[in-house]
Amino acid sequence: MLSTLANPARFMRISGAALSWLGGASLFVLAAGLVWSLLLAPPDYQQGESVRIMFIHVPAAWMALSVYLFVSVASAVALVWRHPLAEIAAQAAAPIGAAFTLVCLATGSLWGRPMWGTWWVWDARLTSVLVLFFLYLGYIALVNAFDDTSRGARAGSLLALVGVVNLPIIKFSVDWWNTLHQPASVVRLGGPAIDVSLLIPLLVMALGFGLLFGWLLLLRMRTALNERKARALRLYGGAAAGDADGQQPVTAARAAQR
Amino acid sequence: MSAVAAYFTMGGYAGFVWPAYAITAAVLGGLSVHSWRRYRASCEALARLQPPDRAPR
Repeated sequence: MLSTLANPARFMRISGAALSWLGGASLFVLAAGLVWSLLLAPPDYQQGESVRIMFIHVPAAWMALSVYLFVSVASAVALVWRHPLAEIAAQAAAPIGAAFTLVCLATGSLWGRPMWGTWWVWDARLTSVLVLFFLYLGYIALVNAFDDTSRGARAGSLLALVGVVNLPIIKFSVDWWNTLHQPASVVRLGGPAIDVSLLIPLLVMALGFGLLFGWLLLLRMRTALNERKARALRLYGGAAAGDADGQQPVTAARAAQR
Repeated sequence: MSAVAAYFTMGGYAGFVWPAYAITAAVLGGLSVHSWRRYRASCEALARLQPPDRAPR
């Protein structure tokens, strides 16, 4: 399936159809998740109503990690096979991952204050997630720091790959060190240690965040492809860029020279 | 206190629960609106450069 989508022109056709479907589905699931989280789910027997923060905090954390994994896998594909779509996918996903990480940190802080008595603590889990946020920002800054976009993309891809070491540190930080943050309660050996009445809205919100990521990813990838094509058209005129269809301007320039 | 007013106090955690949801809506909503606007602008820019009668396919 990946190789089918790997052609930019075909990607534009298929993603155009998927875009409205994903947009509608994420709106619907997020609306259902919000009603479930804020109205239907019961308060926790210890944490009371503050547990409602979990329904956004935990899915945001899952997305923060998954999207980084996506960025690094796409970066590896871009480095090894030099496929332009992989680069575009990584660059389109990074700001979305940064947004989810920011949501995770902010909601965690708002949950920590009433439950732990502090907005922030430099324990292993919180610090490693903050490092993840800076990795996202560093990647975005590095990609845009070069006049030559292909050099920026390569440098960013390398940073994204090196940063993968942070993912297991985040996941296992709560087991390896004594953290104020609690250990895993959903993705753990022996099944989730959380009641079904709280688990279901959590999973619905997670699905909503996942769909939103899919919609945003396709939207931002299509934007990047449109912008590349427009740049090629401006630089080399209709004929060359029209043939290259979604390829990089360099390709269009080579085509024009022939 | 009415049930609705009691609901909005979130059992005393209103100052934490509502800001958490508001920040999430602002960050994800803001990114969505920004991405959508930039997408529309890129489509329009491309349409100007590439009139429909001369577009490939």
